[in-house]
Amino acid sequence: MTTATVTANGFRRVLRSIHIPPVYFFLILIFIAGGLLDQVFADGQIFSNPAIMLNIVVRSVALGIVAVGQSLVIIGASIDLSVAYTISITAVMSSYIMVGKTENVPMAILGVFGIGALIGLANGLIITKLHVNPFIATLGTSLIVKGIINASFSNYTGSVPKSFEYFGYGKIGPIPVSIFILVIIVMGGWFLLARTKFGSHLYGVGGNSEVARLSGVRTDRVLIIAHVICSMTAVLAGLFLVSQMRSGAPWVGPNGVYDLNSIATTVIGGTALAGGKGGVWGTLGGVLIFGVLETVFNQLGVNPYIKTFLQGAIIVLAVASYTIRSKKEAA
Amino acid sequence: MENDPLEPVSKSPQEILPTIEVQHISKRFPGVMALDDVSLQFFPGEVHAVVGENGAGKSTLMKIMSGAYIPDSGDIYLGGEKVTFNHPQAAQLKGISIIYQEFNLLPERTVAHNIFLGREPSRFGTMDIRQMNKKARDVLKEIGVEKMISPSALASSLSVAEQQLVEIAKAISFKAKVLIMDEPTAALTYTEVGLLDDLIGRLKQKGMSVIFISHRLREVFDIAEKITVLKDGKFVKTVSKKDVAPADVVYLMVGRTLDHYFPPLGKPEDFGEVVLKIKDASNTLLQGIQFELRKGEVLGIAGLQGSGRTELAQALFGVMPFKSGSMELHGKAIAIRNPFKAIRNKMGFVTEDRKSEGIAPRQPIRDNMLLTVRAIQNLFGVLLKDGIRKSRKLVPMLGKQVDIKTDSYDREAQYLSGGNQQKVVLAKWLASDADVFIFDEPTRGIDVESKAGIHDMIRELTKRGIAVLMISSELPEIIGMSDRILVMADHKVAGELPAKSSENEIMLMATGHSNAVIQNAASSGKE
Repeated sequence: MTTATVTANGFRRVLRSIHIPPVYFFLILIFIAGGLLDQVFADGQIFSNPAIMLNIVVRSVALGIVAVGQSLVIIGASIDLSVAYTISITAVMSSYIMVGKTENVPMAILGVFGIGALIGLANGLIITKLHVNPFIATLGTSLIVKGIINASFSNYTGSVPKSFEYFGYGKIGPIPVSIFILVIIVMGGWFLLARTKFGSHLYGVGGNSEVARLSGVRTDRVLIIAHVICSMTAVLAGLFLVSQMRSGAPWVGPNGVYDLNSIATTVIGGTALAGGKGGVWGTLGGVLIFGVLETVFNQLGVNPYIKTFLQGAIIVLAVASYTIRSKKEAA
Repeated sequence: MENDPLEPVSKSPQEILPTIEVQHISKRFPGVMALDDVSLQFFPGEVHAVVGENGAGKSTLMKIMSGAYIPDSGDIYLGGEKVTFNHPQAAQLKGISIIYQEFNLLPERTVAHNIFLGREPSRFGTMDIRQMNKKARDVLKEIGVEKMISPSALASSLSVAEQQLVEIAKAISFKAKVLIMDEPTAALTYTEVGLLDDLIGRLKQKGMSVIFISHRLREVFDIAEKITVLKDGKFVKTVSKKDVAPADVVYLMVGRTLDHYFPPLGKPEDFGEVVLKIKDASNTLLQGIQFELRKGEVLGIAGLQGSGRTELAQALFGVMPFKSGSMELHGKAIAIRNPFKAIRNKMGFVTEDRKSEGIAPRQPIRDNMLLTVRAIQNLFGVLLKDGIRKSRKLVPMLGKQVDIKTDSYDREAQYLSGGNQQKVVLAKWLASDADVFIFDEPTRGIDVESKAGIHDMIRELTKRGIAVLMISSELPEIIGMSDRILVMADHKVAGELPAKSSENEIMLMATGHSNAVIQNAASSGKE
């Protein structure tokens, strides 16, 4: 064996030991391709302007936060279609309660997290106790929440105080506060999954619920908690969005397609839709891919429909590449 | 045997307190009395086998003892104290561990995560992975496999036998006093079974009660001291190994002797022309495969685990097609590139893994039987009125041919016993008019009586002029059924043996060295 192969093997071993999800390969590829296109057809700011790079992340904050929650439930072999309307109800309710006054902020936050916990609890209970398929269960709660919103609000409602806008626009040094929040949430998600019993149990429930149950895991409880956390992340995303918009609108969730996009980015990140496998770092990669696409298309000023087209193609390509890889490993 | 230290050694087991005892246990499932007033005692330091046909209630009893099912009536006593388990964890905490028939590991998690799932060590509220790996290593060491298996390996990267060992490690790690194993050897090769034997011996020394269910009587007699027979949910008898012969136990299980176990082999006049001829065929997993299969014969394929037995079946059926070489079907050169083509050319494949490849568990028996016919006929044609009328006649006819025991063909296939599921698979291929049948482990995990039924049926097929290729890891089955025996070793055909060759001859060829000492050779012979 030559020294070169030894180093190469060592390098590979290091890579494997830190488990970089393959999605980052796609991310870098898309970033470079997008940057080059930008160089040729636009002002080349993607590569030269660090503010644009930061902007890629800022764009990804809301989706990133929800996608962490979505990753948890998907790892538990469940799914949450109600996140979009949870975001909407958070946005309208918080600005409705705040009505521009700083002293109302704590109450508003408490209120919307309460609502979120309730939605998550309902999702979890319907799935585990009534044995309703997660897709149907969360579609149901989603429609219920949508109905409540549409019956009560039809347009921008209330407003957030200047102080609350710090969440969406504030900076610590040169870096926006929201990026710190995203990083904290992702780290928190990682910690939960990799370093707590809850996370270990969640992988068990998603991998094989019966095995987990027979090993003494309280499977129902684990899945309910995962759903509550997922709804909480949606609430946090909603709060972030309303602080940016300054006033809550009922369409903020569905317009951002947070339900399907959070599922898509989770899956692009390498989390198996069947559960039991995956993690939030991969999801973050998936979210950043969407962020890069958005920025590139903004820069180039081309038809946004092509972006949607590309997002679709990337989902298919990424997931197909994982399946082919794992088949090769198996053979 | 290690007795309770307070008791004099000379005392008979009846005077020692049983580790676990069940009294008058009954359990009813929809339509069937799974257990009917069963009482049993299990003593420390004793290996106790529970045998019976599928549906005898063995697994149900084990699940009740381990808290996975709650009995309708009856009591469980642990060390003389009455207990009730409403969750598997409750039983585990009391020192009852169970290893189920199906593998119960999470493939995408590490060995350590699997062993400590549900009770991960934690520190300051977070999971202590280092501690968990260390504890896992200790447990693996306790059963003497720490060199084979790393705590941080993914379960999916382990072999079937290693996975089984991890399951045992997991069971031990509960500080178990009672270890229940449901068919622990079903997926293991002979050497691996030997490993398990040693392990059980060591557990016994520690004073553990080991209870195991098995269909392989030879292993029951190798491992167990006491044998309890259940039949149709009822207790039949508990016997000491030294007092009985295997034939007696079979008699207790099914009410008949072993002599009828295998149907007579084919006679030379039964064999017709060559139906399938493979010459020098290879793919990534097989090399230079060469053999002929005649009409009306059973060609047995023997070989050790990993010798390429299953891969051969998959190649023939187009699942993993041959890349080179020639294949002739009925004298015509043909390349089977996918299963569809195999089926169109009247080949049938009864797979090893019934659950994932053989039946559609949630579909009615009827639809399972018609699956292949529908697949090869016009997509919509069969579902027209004419097809439905035909199927109405076809299904009961097939059911009768393969002797499926069910009250309705509209019942979902998942509710049938393993033996009856296998019969449904068989019926599926009969319906498609196949004339070359490939069986991969046709009787794995199937009870003695159904086994005999399936063997009879395979022989029956050959009488209709069907050519049968039968892969099996059970040598008695190979010897009892095959008109010729093809032995595989190292992804090649190692050679061919005539009917009624001995286990020794087969094993010698399969292991490839002539002076090998064959395990179990002495106790073998015709079962």
